[in-house]
Amino acid sequence: MPEALLMTENRLDDPDAAFRLLVEAHRALPEQESQMLNAKLVLLLANHIGDIAVLREALEIARR
Amino acid sequence: MSAHKTIYQYGYRRSSDQDRAGPAHHSVVIIGAGPVGLSLAVDLAQRGIPVLLLDDADRIGEGSRAICFAKKTLEIFDRLGCAAPMLDKGVRWSVGRVFQGEDELYSFDLLPETGHKMPAFINLQQYYVEGFLVERVADLPLIDLRWRNRVSAVSRHPDHVRLTIDTPDGPYPLTVDWLIACDGARSPTRAMLGLDFAGEVFEDQFLIADVKMVADYPVERRFWFEPPFHSGQSALLHKQPDNIWRIDLQLGRDADAEAEKRPETVMPRIARMLGHGDFTLEWVSIYKFQCRRLERFQHDRVIFAGDSAHQVSPFGARGANSGVQDAGNLAWKLALVVKGEASASLIETYDTERSEAADENILNSTRATDFLAPHSPAEKTLRNAALSLARHTGFAKRMVNSGRLSMPTAYVGSPLSSPDDAVWEGGIPPGAPISDAPVVAGGQPCHLSEALGQDFTLLHDAGALVLSEEDGLKPLALGRDIHDAEGMLHNRFALNKGGGYLIRPDGHVAARFTSIDQAKVSAALRRARGG
Repeated sequence: MPEALLMTENRLDDPDAAFRLLVEAHRALPEQESQMLNAKLVLLLANHIGDIAVLREALEIARR
Repeated sequence: MSAHKTIYQYGYRRSSDQDRAGPAHHSVVIIGAGPVGLSLAVDLAQRGIPVLLLDDADRIGEGSRAICFAKKTLEIFDRLGCAAPMLDKGVRWSVGRVFQGEDELYSFDLLPETGHKMPAFINLQQYYVEGFLVERVADLPLIDLRWRNRVSAVSRHPDHVRLTIDTPDGPYPLTVDWLIACDGARSPTRAMLGLDFAGEVFEDQFLIADVKMVADYPVERRFWFEPPFHSGQSALLHKQPDNIWRIDLQLGRDADAEAEKRPETVMPRIARMLGHGDFTLEWVSIYKFQCRRLERFQHDRVIFAGDSAHQVSPFGARGANSGVQDAGNLAWKLALVVKGEASASLIETYDTERSEAADENILNSTRATDFLAPHSPAEKTLRNAALSLARHTGFAKRMVNSGRLSMPTAYVGSPLSSPDDAVWEGGIPPGAPISDAPVVAGGQPCHLSEALGQDFTLLHDAGALVLSEEDGLKPLALGRDIHDAEGMLHNRFALNKGGGYLIRPDGHVAARFTSIDQAKVSAALRRARGG
């Protein structure tokens, strides 16, 4: 296992607010639109990270 | 609708090999007079190698065929002396546009830079390409092209191959030193040798049609995701000469192929796309795409090239282009081996290098096909998310994949390449294809691609040491033999004082030197010829 690139310790000033922001975005959305929203977010954030090794690591943790 | 119209008709002629008591012997036999077999035959003949070229038909007709010929392929055709009529007849293009619904998502230009002799792409029906190649073959007495000669049996031996060939006059036997099977995706040679052609078959069905109509649509590759005229699927429209347009329409997994081919289904479908019914159908077929390859392209003295060795989906124009580039890679190597100037092991590097190309083509083709036809609802959501974001964001435009168009493969880690003698800033690394550039030679403006030798070329700074003559190596002194009139060669090669490039006969870099000397060049040349 190479040295971890993905930061998994908290980096947010207000984690509750961040979580709440995501939850509210999905509230009252039909299932399909909700999935589309998530998919768009994943692509936007993957590009922002800009490193396929970090993305690979995130996928690995998400699959656990 | 004419399912298989004959475009060029050729004749069977009895050969003296058929009147012998025992089998005649030929050094090189190529099976299949398609773009790959014809290119290989011309390339070998230009290198002084006699070639027997066999084809089971006696005509070139329409069918599911290539239309997009890429710059690297055109550079090979130019070297083979037949690019000029193709360029005259073909439709030049370099821009592609991708739409979703009514809206353009993004456009791309495949050749944003100038100074290349050949365009990024021309569209030209495969039968014209084959027709021009057959005309070129007629100039070359070293090629014996035999129509209606169908190979019906092949047996492999460590140092030769035995063939049985069926003709209208009955069968005859041959023995062969080298057999090159360019007999297409359904290669009978591959089947007769029992070789596994493994890979992925895509479930989605596509309708491919050529229609004839007068239209003033732009000469661009136009691709639609979920177009207004073809609900929920994808569509492609691309111009060919003679007012012929190629159409690809995705039909999905559950389409009934037989029903979809009927004129009463096809015609209204295409009319919806074009917005009118003022066209005639030249040819139509329903396809499932496949991405597969032979594990090895060489089996003793039998070598596979083109679709017989590897098959991809058509989005990306990687079929015929990679096949002709297979031929360009194999021809010079086989010529050296047949002439006894290189060991037979040089042919193994054809397998290594063109395997790298096949894997790259299969990777790109699989990614594009998966983007067009997602495998699951979740995959489709991600695909649609990328399409939706592409309207507002640059990064997502780059993810939209309607086919990544054929580019020549750089042979990274090729055993024929010599490592750099110093750190290079820019330029073209060993194994990569060279870039063309405008130059002046003998007072005349031309291109670097025209100034290269038939065999190896040493492109070097004129200030560098004068080398003693070597067979099969053309020195090309920059500043003496050719002049970099527009500075593009310098920009593309990063060639400095005293430096040079050793360029292979197929236009790939074998080695480059920051400071050239006889010993380095000789060693790199030896290595590039297989040691």
